[in-house]
Amino acid sequence: MSSTIIITVVSLSLLAFMSAVILYFIAQKFKVFEDPRIDEVQAVLPAANCGGCGFAGCRNFAEALVKAENFDGLLCPVGGAVVMGQAAKLLGKEAPVIEPKVAVLICNGSPEFRPHTSKYDGVPDCRIANTLYIGETDCSYGCLGNNDCERACTFDALHMDPLTGLPVITDDKCTSCGNCVKACPRHIIELRKKARKDRKIYVACSNCDKGGPARRACKVACIACSKCVNVCEFNAITIENNLAYIDASKCTFCRKCVTECPTGSILEINFPPRKPKVEAEAENATINP
Amino acid sequence: MKTFSTGGVHPPENKLTANCSIQYLPLPQSVAIPVSQHIGTPANIVVNKGDSVKTGQVIAESKGFVSAFIHSSVSGKVNKIDTVIDTSGYRQTAVFIDVEGDEWVDTIDRSEEILTDIKLSSEDIIRKCLQSGIVGMGGATFPSHVKLTVPAGKKCDVLIINGVECEPYLTSDHRLMLERGEEVLIGTTILMKALNVSMALMGIENNKPDAIEHLTRLATGFKGITVYPLKVKYPQGAEKQLIKALINREVPSGRLPLDVNTVVHNVGTAFAVYEAVQKNKPLFERVVTITGKSVAKPGNYVVRTGTPVSKLIDAAGGLPEDTGKIVSGGPMMGKAITNTGVPVVKGTSGIILFPKSESERKSPEPCIRCAKCVSACALNLEPYLLMTLSEKGLFEMAGKERITDCMECGSCSYTCPAGRPLLDYIRLGKATVIKMARERVIKN
Repeated sequence: MSSTIIITVVSLSLLAFMSAVILYFIAQKFKVFEDPRIDEVQAVLPAANCGGCGFAGCRNFAEALVKAENFDGLLCPVGGAVVMGQAAKLLGKEAPVIEPKVAVLICNGSPEFRPHTSKYDGVPDCRIANTLYIGETDCSYGCLGNNDCERACTFDALHMDPLTGLPVITDDKCTSCGNCVKACPRHIIELRKKARKDRKIYVACSNCDKGGPARRACKVACIACSKCVNVCEFNAITIENNLAYIDASKCTFCRKCVTECPTGSILEINFPPRKPKVEAEAENATINP
Repeated sequence: MKTFSTGGVHPPENKLTANCSIQYLPLPQSVAIPVSQHIGTPANIVVNKGDSVKTGQVIAESKGFVSAFIHSSVSGKVNKIDTVIDTSGYRQTAVFIDVEGDEWVDTIDRSEEILTDIKLSSEDIIRKCLQSGIVGMGGATFPSHVKLTVPAGKKCDVLIINGVECEPYLTSDHRLMLERGEEVLIGTTILMKALNVSMALMGIENNKPDAIEHLTRLATGFKGITVYPLKVKYPQGAEKQLIKALINREVPSGRLPLDVNTVVHNVGTAFAVYEAVQKNKPLFERVVTITGKSVAKPGNYVVRTGTPVSKLIDAAGGLPEDTGKIVSGGPMMGKAITNTGVPVVKGTSGIILFPKSESERKSPEPCIRCAKCVSACALNLEPYLLMTLSEKGLFEMAGKERITDCMECGSCSYTCPAGRPLLDYIRLGKATVIKMARERVIKN
């Protein structure tokens, strides 16, 4: 009885030892060298696997970072300057200068301003609606409101407002990964430079039609009247294709264009409320008697 | 009886206007004539605001080979050149003309006389088709002169005339064959001369026995034209299906009818060619069916291009209260229009007013793998698979599954018991795959 146990234990131990020796030599023979820095770099990446960097996932991006000579064209939009700085430190390279960005919807056509002229009862998918016709309103450039961007957002930063039918972007959650920009078939989401206190001034319209048709389709459309261009002292505004565009890198947030715009298509976000005109004048009077 | 072999469906025919003879629609006060009423490059506008134009005068010239001339359909003054939402659902440049009287260009022969003698040579006929702005009248609006120009190295031995009209509701071709049968046959002879072929086959579905009988009798007086009755099956009016049904040749994937030595033209095109060649009349009016189950006076009208759809609806007794959708074209392949100001164009074969009860979509249920769509597809595709690939964004794979072969006939969506939007996704996939292929060509 006891000999059976001994034979079993001994033979199994021998078998285990032999297997271990064979496996050790095989592991030595077929060893794949992997740069240990890849793991280190991957550890500092956000692990969101969103694809915002243009790679399939964070691991692929880490490999690309380790392989790359310098960081030109490589950016993790989610991690931003902090993560890229850490990665650069690990790899002993120079960290690129990154300006944080945020997604902005270049359309303000809620039903209040942009009346519906037809009803779409097809598949609730912007890509499909966009291949069929100009949309439920007379504007062939604005938001179609079928949630493609909301579905594309992996950071819970973008939700449709049931009242306006337009997506609302939460600046704090937005990582500027650009998935919504890619998902929108009308290309009306833009990544703009982030400013202090999340302040933004931008032309919230994408309508390239001439003034008349644009205004008829939507009350807050840009009619390319050039008033904003003339009032801007910093040459930040240009008009192309019947549409004004404010260059965020030149804009100084003076807000003059906002009051000048006759249709109200230029929006100011996160600014303190303006003082009523009379009060402001009175204040000026006291300062400069 | 002949028909195509693969797939097909048989939707209720509902040819309500089969016995309504063709009437002339009164002239509207103003027209909006889009400059792109055909497949290909939009025409180049040659009139200015304030110009006086006559009926039949060229207002936009063909730009490039695949393009077509556009003629004024009325006489009057050019009010403006602006954009209009047309039957495609998109905004398009159009010439707006205020109607003043009805003065035609002098060269147009307005007599009732039927001219049988064909004086023009083959090249002259093709040139005439180009100058008269003739496009395929079946709905695809492909410029006819392109189809008549046989490229070197290819030959055509038989002309096929499409009198199938397989779309439910529509009867414009049917009435044209009955009332203008002789002109259609002369037009066919002209097309035969242009293509230099001695044989023409005309396919007509069996649900139009009067047209078959009438044209068969008339065809005895024309050399080389034979009329064939076809079994009623949708989409028999599609080029490839009609070729298969009539001469049993199969057009390979991605190829044209000319690759199997044939060319297909619609009866409406044959009639337009007759008018252009024999009467010198450019294409600026066409027969349009206005129909629907609750329409008071459905009918077939000769309508000038650019006439707003609302005029046609007025002629049919006004918009019924229960209207849910207005569809331009047939119920299978047609497109819902967004408003009644949309102008009638060269490719508008019918306007159908659907009551609310018939225009609502079924809410989609999960696919039950019944494969009805596969049996219905006339092109041997697998619609359920193409839809899923397109929905998941796997366009490369969809391309390999030949999504670009789809002709968007809608048989799959029609037959699906789960009400799945098969065609919607396939159309998206097809457009994306074509775009990707084009980008690849540009890159290389």
